[in-house]
Amino acid sequence: MDKKLVIPGEFLSDDANLADEGTYVEEGKVFSSVFGIASLKNHVRVVPLSGKYIPRPGDMIIGIVTEVSFSNWIVDIRSPYEGLLHISEFPRRIENTDMSKYLKVGDAIITLVTDVDPSMKVELTLNDQRLRQIKEGRIIDVTPSKVPRLIGRSGSMIAMLKNETNCNIFIGQNGRVWITGKGKDLELAVKAILKIERESHVSGLTDRLTRFLKEEKDKKEKKPGKERVDKEETRIEDKTEEKIEEKSEENVEAVEEEKQPEEHEKAEEKKSGGILDELLGDEK
Amino acid sequence: MSKPEKLIENGIRLDGRKPDEIRPIKIKVGVLNRADGSCYFEFGGNKVIAAVYGPREVHPRHQQKSTSAVVRYRYNMASFSVEERKRPGPDRRSIEVSKVSREALEPVIFEEYFPRSAIDIFVEVLQADAGTRTAGINAASIALADAGIPMKSLVSACAVGKVDDTLVLDLNKDEDNYGQADMPIAMTPDGKITLLQMDGHLTRDEFKEGLEMAKSGCMAIAEMQKAALLEKYSGQIGGDAIE
Repeated sequence: MDKKLVIPGEFLSDDANLADEGTYVEEGKVFSSVFGIASLKNHVRVVPLSGKYIPRPGDMIIGIVTEVSFSNWIVDIRSPYEGLLHISEFPRRIENTDMSKYLKVGDAIITLVTDVDPSMKVELTLNDQRLRQIKEGRIIDVTPSKVPRLIGRSGSMIAMLKNETNCNIFIGQNGRVWITGKGKDLELAVKAILKIERESHVSGLTDRLTRFLKEEKDKKEKKPGKERVDKEETRIEDKTEEKIEEKSEENVEAVEEEKQPEEHEKAEEKKSGGILDELLGDEK
Repeated sequence: MSKPEKLIENGIRLDGRKPDEIRPIKIKVGVLNRADGSCYFEFGGNKVIAAVYGPREVHPRHQQKSTSAVVRYRYNMASFSVEERKRPGPDRRSIEVSKVSREALEPVIFEEYFPRSAIDIFVEVLQADAGTRTAGINAASIALADAGIPMKSLVSACAVGKVDDTLVLDLNKDEDNYGQADMPIAMTPDGKITLLQMDGHLTRDEFKEGLEMAKSGCMAIAEMQKAALLEKYSGQIGGDAIE
């Protein structure tokens, strides 16, 4: 057994060289510094069960603009510290006076942490292909320490989730998750992600999630009497969705990794034949 | 209640405990949804609730430290926590308790990990029965761990005192009121003392013996604190089942 639940101050190892995150060394011995799950493989580290996001250079995160100052956007990054997006880090050259035309208070962005200095001044950039403003979909919050679990080993969990729900999902390192997709799919994706967050420390998560997604889908199919209602619901949602579609088609793919194109094709296939078909008909 | 004639009779205290016995403890972790970490703690007749927020931005700004987090501890007694209604709000006593409790916890918190931020600890006493500051520290230390804040260890606290010329562990209200000494102590599981106060008189030997009693009390409490934290996730993590 190389994983266990530990409390702060619990003895973990005699070898100080193995000490990694979530631990501290005293008199050559390694102790846990947080309440979390310790793993003793190779390195001794403890993943906390809760805690705030602490920014690090290189993190891709989702921020929300809280203030537009003279030459910076001040961005809430779900951390004790605020992010600063300087005007020169915007992809295009813009004037100070025009700043809130491009990004205003309340706008969400996918951004990259470029630098964090010792006094925790956090600098952000939008100067990258993958970075941009978020204009549609939904953003939900999860505990930052559970982000790795949500992504899965080399992206397995998130790839499965995208595939099963027909949604595009982007996970920021700060625990903000951006989901775009059709009404019902989106609901399912949100449910699934919250389930992962709640049960991230329990074994056999991937299997349980696959089962969960299947059950949810079966439920949907087994309600023929309700179909008319469903139809109406989708229609309302689709009005907003259509606007989104125009922009997201090109943009979203740019953000996601290689897998995206083929996944999108699959999504298209599944759509045709469904109720959505007629509604999307003219767009194809 | 007027002073009872004897506080200890045949080696048994008024509430039926032996001199070196602590009162029953009940702990519940994560009772508040909005707080980052929280804990409900019952220590005999004491009922306290602790909430931890942070690390978060410091308001007012001038309080912030550029190289470490500021820890703020607010101990507050509810107006209904004692028999005679307590005038609500901070008073001399609660300000003092807040300060010493903060200093009891600060040594174990890795404050330097979070410069320019604040860690706020709130302790509300819902029902008081002597030893509220120790109950508060016990609860706050669990709430800090629940909030995911890096710490060297938990802190456990327990009082020791003298009544009827006998040293007793964990005084109750009557023993506190009519006893000869009361000495609350907080320490880490490896025996480092982070709080020690005393009112009343103890001889040198009594002090030494009392310290040992308090130590064993704190160790017993530390075990319960640990069990309570682990219980929050019990049934979910079993053996080698974690991936």
